[in-house]
Amino acid sequence: MTTPYQATPYQAYASPIPVQSTGLGHALRSEWTKIRTVRSTMWTLGVMLVLVIGIGLLVASLVSSHTPTGTPVLAFGFFGVLLGSLPVITLGVLVISSEYSTGMIRTTLTACPSRSRVLAAKAIVFALIAFVLSTLACLIVAGADAGMITGSGIPSPSGSQWLRATVGAGLYVALLGLLALAVGAMLRHSAGAITAMLGVVLLPLLLALFMATQSLATVRTKLIEYSVPNAIATLYGIPMLSTGPQGWTPLWILAGVTAVALAGALFVINKRDV
Amino acid sequence: MIELHGLTKRFGEKLAVDSLTFSVRPGMVTGFLGPNGAGKSTTMRLMLGLDRPTAGDVRIDGKHYQDLDEPLRYIGALLEAQARHPGRSAYNHLLCLAQSNRIPRARVAEVLDLVGLQAVAKKRTKGFSLGMGQRLGIAAALLGDPTILMFDEPVNGLDPEGIHWIRNLMKRLAAEGRTVFVSSHLMSEMALTADHLVVIGKGKLLADTTMAEFIRQNSRSFVRVRTPQPEQLRDALHGAGITAVTAADGSYEISGVTAARLGDLAAQHRIVLHELSPQQASLEEAFMQLTAETVEYHAHETPPPEPVAAEPVAEPAGAWGENWQQRGRGRSGEGG
Ligand SMILES: Nc1ncnc2c1ncn2[C@@H]1O[C@H](COP(=O)(O)OP(=O)(O)OP(=O)(O)O)[C@@H](O)[C@H]1O
Ligand SMILES: [Mg+2]
Repeated sequence: MTTPYQATPYQAYASPIPVQSTGLGHALRSEWTKIRTVRSTMWTLGVMLVLVIGIGLLVASLVSSHTPTGTPVLAFGFFGVLLGSLPVITLGVLVISSEYSTGMIRTTLTACPSRSRVLAAKAIVFALIAFVLSTLACLIVAGADAGMITGSGIPSPSGSQWLRATVGAGLYVALLGLLALAVGAMLRHSAGAITAMLGVVLLPLLLALFMATQSLATVRTKLIEYSVPNAIATLYGIPMLSTGPQGWTPLWILAGVTAVALAGALFVINKRDV
Repeated sequence: MIELHGLTKRFGEKLAVDSLTFSVRPGMVTGFLGPNGAGKSTTMRLMLGLDRPTAGDVRIDGKHYQDLDEPLRYIGALLEAQARHPGRSAYNHLLCLAQSNRIPRARVAEVLDLVGLQAVAKKRTKGFSLGMGQRLGIAAALLGDPTILMFDEPVNGLDPEGIHWIRNLMKRLAAEGRTVFVSSHLMSEMALTADHLVVIGKGKLLADTTMAEFIRQNSRSFVRVRTPQPEQLRDALHGAGITAVTAADGSYEISGVTAARLGDLAAQHRIVLHELSPQQASLEEAFMQLTAETVEYHAHETPPPEPVAAEPVAEPAGAWGENWQQRGRGRSGEGG
């Protein structure tokens, strides 16, 4: 027998780089690198921009050639935002679920064992990107609406209408994405979480459509009032019903729901094995 | 230094890790052996805080994993699964890990160079071969220049050159005073790299010993002699005070005497020899005996059509990889 069995005399290794403590800032940088280096980010956000801006401009140009009645000018951004929220939801789910499906989550949590920090960093980076881009898209559409749809008898939009149609809509879309991220963290499964979120967005209104009977009238009303499409419509000042949450309220409701979902995600992610 | 105290992990009914207590010490390569499903990967995930232990405790230099400030500077781990996003390039994969532990960006290029992946650094890892993925995993492990390295079956998927490279890498890392903990199924592989040995089966600790001690206890060397004049040979051996064991195929197995001495003896007595070969009972065999009761997933072999003359060393079950034997036999010559 030759050399391989001789134990080397113990002499601890010391890295030349000193160890310092890391914080949320480092996790944020890491998550920023992660999100900008996968194609799904470009795809989903690109589709969102195309939908919001494309549909917004299309509707604006269609409407401007007719004389609209009654509808607030900025409200024509609604359709684009409703559809544009879907790719943001997809990205929100993928930000976390793709880590589970690829096994990357193990590497991530080995590098940063604080699971809360990882989830927080992901949520912050994603929400900021989603908010900035969707607000920007809404701003372009609102500007086009205000510029193109003019004429006698059409009131120009008020300050709060401007704010809700841009920052409000952008916040709403970002919150929907955050909710999707929380659901993705809890379910760990991309297709499952995206389907669940589509259900959340579309199902209440679809169900309400089929509740024609009188006995279900109150359920039907509530379903419409609290549905996501109605919430976005309300932000644009065109709620489907005269009752239910008004003004900024739909946004606070979604914020509450998202906070609860994120708390749930934090709880399970800290409890589970990965 | 990694210390395990009564570490236990249960998945439902399944006790994957059963009160393991051992230490992994710096300055040497510690081999972690066990058959499929023994609980090696689970133990490593428990060490990294990825799985929560059912009972017991793991400490890294006295701390729990989650209390390490910059964990990549303490431990670099190559996990069993290729734990990375296939859509991200090798460079960016390492970059995001580096950033979370404030490791300078320059280090990313350094480790890519070290594992020989610099040419494909900007490529998405989707198209990587098994071996390239393994190298990237090793690059990630080395990223923080850590004092502890943990490799789960690192030679998996590597070509012979890659295997040679990782063996030397592990020995070099240990020689620098680092703790190197490496899992494997192959005793023969460990015999070439490990200084210390931890063997588990069905989650239980079966052995915790130095490699040299394991070899001393478990390797039996003898000389096989085959002759058409067995009677004369037995008399000659008897006359010289040497005891021989008759093997199943009629040859003699003689221990404690060199082949040269036996050859001389046969020549003196004018005995014709058809075989005179030094033999080494393999460590693989010893390992299999040790873990025999704990092997969970047995391969069912179809019996050979007719009994084949016994091999110098008993053939293990097919599941244990057929090619170890060549290496096992040549081991003493191969050295390190
Ligand atoms: N997440 C899990 N859920 C349920 N059972 C699990 C889980 N992870 C591992 N096990 C079980 O625990 C046992 C140990 O598995 P482990 O992967 O640790 O073995 P191993 O020694 O690494 O095996 P191999 O050599 O094949 O890699 C196996 O029986 C496995 O089925
Ligand atoms: Mg394993």
